[in-house]
Amino acid sequence: MIVTEMKPVDEILGMIEGEKGVFILCCGGCPEGYKSGGLSKGKDLAEAVGAKGVTVTGVAEIEFLCNKALAGVKLNRSREALRGADSILVVSCGVGVQAVGNVADFPVHPAMNTVSMGGRQGLWPGEERCHQCGDCLLDRTGGLCPITTCSKSLVNGTCGGTKEEHCEVDPKRPCGWLKIYQRLAALGRAECLKALNAPRDHRKYDFPDARRSTVLWALEVAAEETEEAVEASRGTDT
Amino acid sequence: MSRLREALGKGGFTFTGEIGPPKGTNIAPVLHEAEEFLKDCVVAVNVTDIQTAVMRMSSLPVCKMLLDRGIEPVLQMVTRDRNRLALQSDLLGAAALGIENVLALTGDHIVMGDHQGAKGVWDLDSVGLLDAMTKLESGTDLGLTMKGEPNALDGVPTFFKGCVVAPCTEEVEPQIIKLEKKVAAGAQFVQTQAVYDPRAFEAFMKRIAHVKVPVLVGIVLLKNAGMAKYMNKNVPGVRVPKRIVDRLAAADKKDVRKVSVEVAGELIREMKGMCAGAHIMPLGWDKEIPRVIEASGVK
Ligand code: SF4
Ligand code: SF4
Repeated sequence: MIVTEMKPVDEILGMIEGEKGVFILCCGGCPEGYKSGGLSKGKDLAEAVGAKGVTVTGVAEIEFLCNKALAGVKLNRSREALRGADSILVVSCGVGVQAVGNVADFPVHPAMNTVSMGGRQGLWPGEERCHQCGDCLLDRTGGLCPITTCSKSLVNGTCGGTKEEHCEVDPKRPCGWLKIYQRLAALGRAECLKALNAPRDHRKYDFPDARRSTVLWALEVAAEETEEAVEASRGTDT
Repeated sequence: MSRLREALGKGGFTFTGEIGPPKGTNIAPVLHEAEEFLKDCVVAVNVTDIQTAVMRMSSLPVCKMLLDRGIEPVLQMVTRDRNRLALQSDLLGAAALGIENVLALTGDHIVMGDHQGAKGVWDLDSVGLLDAMTKLESGTDLGLTMKGEPNALDGVPTFFKGCVVAPCTEEVEPQIIKLEKKVAAGAQFVQTQAVYDPRAFEAFMKRIAHVKVPVLVGIVLLKNAGMAKYMNKNVPGVRVPKRIVDRLAAADKKDVRKVSVEVAGELIREMKGMCAGAHIMPLGWDKEIPRVIEASGVK
């Protein structure tokens, strides 16, 4: 699930300043599930900006804004309300905002900040557990990810900043590398820590460059793109 | 050749010191103190690299300024702020300026400093940085040519490569494993985190007897009992025993410097048989360094 939070109303007001009317569109997916957004939050927002003199032409919710096709079809039903609006204020993660901007010929404004992809891996991606580094080290680290559990994403062991078993940056968060050591020691595999791990290959780690240009815009990528296109977009841009 | 390398090779007891570049361009006081108090009593002087993530003047030019004054520098390099291109590039620059000693560190986390919104890099970790130095010394770098072959350097640097370890950390085994990795990646000397407990240090040195690189024990001057307590509470891998805290607390305000120097001197005296030298971190009390060395009875 993608973790989001509402932007401060003042910031939103700044974005829509000077517009005659705005339409508020809420995602019924993650923000609803995570209770950070959804229709009720959209109505609250309508009230808050309404109180500042902004005309809200309508508030609607669509199940998953990240599903471009669905968003396009359902947005059609709000044609009337959209007619009076200068822009759409989108209560969703950054992907939803981009999807709406792509299917509707309207300026879009994000009403939320996308904080993380914390969630259930498989159903929804969860970056807190796995940062999709593209070169998995779990085999050497007792099944605990150093990229996400270590505050510095170190790959060769503790930085020496462990304090009372916790990370130097946060007394409430366990040191990832200490956990890895303890797990491996308990498994009788502490020697795994002796392997020298090479620096990350950031071509694998980062959002592949080729994707930046190929995904304009197909969120249902696999079905729409040919296998070659998907393969090409995996970023073998050496 | 690096005087530090030479001194540690000879096997006597070697002292190193440390200075921190200024926040601003006013470098004169730091250089003055280094010339006045460090030049004649330590073999080399570490220059910290944006210590505790508090933005300061870069270490490299300050190292060069020390060199120009006949003081041998140890360039500290953290991997927090620069990626592998910038680190290797600075290493080549250091070599061209005649700077040979380099100490590789991970670096404190960004949020410990005064630019908390900055991006932490850690493209390499301390092991990776040591490995990069070793590669540069062998005439190549971390990259590849278009054909996928190792790059060839036009002019090859020589470094005397150092690393750090925290001997008094709670869980010492992971520290030892990482130290072994650092040495495997090329580390040739070790400067430790501050040590206040000679017994714990002795036990640690026994456990790393198989690691054949000289170790300089870290000595941080305690400015008062408050600082000792603060370190106990906040600095990972550092434990100041109660007897030292009490001694500082009992000292008269005007005597506290004296007591601090005595404590440091005694610590060195107790540990000098266990290691190759001492790395004194005066945290601004540079002018006490000669007295600490005197109090240690080594010279
Ligand atoms: S090592 Fe990389 S791929 Fe494996 S869990 Fe961590 S971030 Fe994900
Ligand atoms: S204390 Fe542990 S988790 Fe925190 S940065 Fe250091 S190694 Fe990583």
